[in-house]
Amino acid sequence: MSVWDELTGQSEAIDVFRAAASGAAAPVDHTATHASTGSGAMTHSWLITGPPGSGRSNLAYAFAAALLCRNGGCGVCADCRQVAARTHPDLAVLSTDRVIISIEEVRTLVSSSQYSPSVSRYRVMVIEDADRMAERTSNVLLKALEEPPERTVWILCAPSEADLLPTVRSRVRSVRLRVPSATDVAGLLERRDGVEPQTAVRAAREAQSHIGMAHRLATNVDARQRRASTLSVALGIRSVPDAIMGAARLLELAKADAEAITEERDAEERESTLRSLGVEPGQAVPAALRSQVKTLEEDQKRRATRSLRDGIDRILVDLLSLYRDALLIQLGAGLELINVAIQGELDALAERTEPAETLAVMDAIAIARRRISHNVTPALSLEAMLITLTHSTNRKATP
Amino acid sequence: MAAVRGSRSGAVKSAAGKTSGKSPAPVIPQLTWEQIRPAAVVLVSGTESFLADRAIRQLRDLLKLEDPSLEVTDIDAASYAPGELLTMASPSLFGEPRMIRVTSVEKCTDNFILEAIDYLAYPADDTYVVLRHGGGVRGKRLLDAVRAATGDVIEVVCTELKKDTERYDFAVAEFRAAGRRVSPGAVRALVSAFSDDLAELSSACNQLVADTSDEITEATVERYYAGRVETNAFAVADSAIAGRYGESLALLRHALATGADPVPMVAAFAMKLRTMAKVLGTRGGSGQLAGQLGLAPWQIDRARRDLQGWTGEGLGRSIQMLAETDENIKGGGRDPVYSLERMIATISARGEL
Ligand SMILES: [Zn+2]
Repeated sequence: MSVWDELTGQSEAIDVFRAAASGAAAPVDHTATHASTGSGAMTHSWLITGPPGSGRSNLAYAFAAALLCRNGGCGVCADCRQVAARTHPDLAVLSTDRVIISIEEVRTLVSSSQYSPSVSRYRVMVIEDADRMAERTSNVLLKALEEPPERTVWILCAPSEADLLPTVRSRVRSVRLRVPSATDVAGLLERRDGVEPQTAVRAAREAQSHIGMAHRLATNVDARQRRASTLSVALGIRSVPDAIMGAARLLELAKADAEAITEERDAEERESTLRSLGVEPGQAVPAALRSQVKTLEEDQKRRATRSLRDGIDRILVDLLSLYRDALLIQLGAGLELINVAIQGELDALAERTEPAETLAVMDAIAIARRRISHNVTPALSLEAMLITLTHSTNRKATP
Repeated sequence: MAAVRGSRSGAVKSAAGKTSGKSPAPVIPQLTWEQIRPAAVVLVSGTESFLADRAIRQLRDLLKLEDPSLEVTDIDAASYAPGELLTMASPSLFGEPRMIRVTSVEKCTDNFILEAIDYLAYPADDTYVVLRHGGGVRGKRLLDAVRAATGDVIEVVCTELKKDTERYDFAVAEFRAAGRRVSPGAVRALVSAFSDDLAELSSACNQLVADTSDEITEATVERYYAGRVETNAFAVADSAIAGRYGESLALLRHALATGADPVPMVAAFAMKLRTMAKVLGTRGGSGQLAGQLGLAPWQIDRARRDLQGWTGEGLGRSIQMLAETDENIKGGGRDPVYSLERMIATISARGEL
């Protein structure tokens, strides 16, 4: 077993990091690594890019574990477990649920990067959403990235290189992840979580290879049910009143989904924080540690607002997949459908609308996503989007 | 800034509705609007017509629930035809229960006073007579007789909610009925912004319930109603929806000139058009539809009036225009005033531009 086992469909990227970690594990020899920029050389600043769900941060922490573990990332030792719980003393993490990373957060991180490692060979600094830094904030990082102390390694994650300033890009070594195939993701679900093959394939497809989402769909009946309801709301819309009621229903679904995810994640976080503080589950929190637990709870509360927007966005991605499928059928593209499970309804939808209308709906969904990200009232954004679905109905009814 | 104003009513007048200056103390039960219950004669008194309407609708819904065959009839006491009350109260062929709503008792004819007093002595079986008296001295003789009656008679007192604490309790109850959490600061801010009109306060509560998903805080209220924009916003929306383009544009400019924020302006339009869209094409009584549509009966009645001249397609285009306007305003870049004016042009043409 090793920390690399739980990653999927990223064999090229894993090879790069494995090689880097094993090179790093070799005795530090200045004369050998100094001039060498070859594949075995230890690079101190990394950037992992890839679409959401491709496993950017999973890979970042696997690499961190491989650097901090005395056995090169065994996945079972105390170091590895502490990395998994984000509590390793030589690991510093900057992850945010806010839209922007503040300059103070980065300053703190940069100054802590100057320390020598306390127990491991390295000190690892991870910034999970490096794309959320303003230019001024990025500039604080530049010098740290360029000349980190001998034993400090930076790992930045972002959706794409284009999300970072050229000055940052030029100082890091980039490793690009690809969207894993549905087969890769299904394989992971079977291997890691013991999911039935058929369920795994369906979940991987419906999650469009987003690993976290696929896991939820495969293992959580409610999540599956909510996804199915989302699609059926859209398929049932014929009139403007339908659209208004449908938008309200979608909001309820998004809210329920966001709440479920938040609850699961909060509970997990709380448990792992307590464990790292040495408190067993069910045991009372000693007074001395209560403030730490309280800080965590406050952070969790703060991010609840953001999670609703994320919940709506997940719904919109699901709806987009529905109309993408319909378009493929209308165009006779013969490509694999995402929503194979409701092929019958998809065929009917493709039949009763024109490709141009399907495209208009897809545009409307994209506009709704943009609006919600710009703080337009969610209800209004969804209503406007669903009203577009009534256009084809009207046209067919009155030729 | 919606600074919370303190209660402006230092000395509170004794409960309105009891117009009987030197009349004997009532012997019948006196209830608040939400305590309304069936009785042979129900006097709904007081100047707060929003609460009176609500209480009467609540009674109707309750009776309808008990027996769906309930027959509801209305009498206008101001133009009362002699014998009307007895005719309507006389048993029908199939023995359905009857609810007789008498409006404008404060302007009633002398004939009505005489016949209603007679009726008090011999009320009909399975019949519920609701007397709505909106305040004033007219009909005092009848009110005294009702209040001294010995039978199954109650009075529901719909006093104007003059005190901020009363309006506060009212707003809290509105949110509680919708199952929503609201901070005390938010309620205080709302109450101070809507101190004039209970219907507006109620619709503001409903709007916040519809438009937000988290706990409603003072910040939420501030975002929507800073600077008492609300009344202006609803006035602009009402006039645009009724097709009065020029008036609506003038109201908009006035509102903006007096510091109104464009964001709650769009929210007021959204709330109204959304309600209209839900009500569009529905049939049946507003009381019956209320639960199904998640709206109050008065909202349904209002939306039906607002829907005059509108089509589903026009409504659809207008709502899409609102989303676009909201984005223009919040995203900056475009001129918010221009965006709002364009929105009003579309909506006052009922989306048929
Ligand atoms: Zn290990």
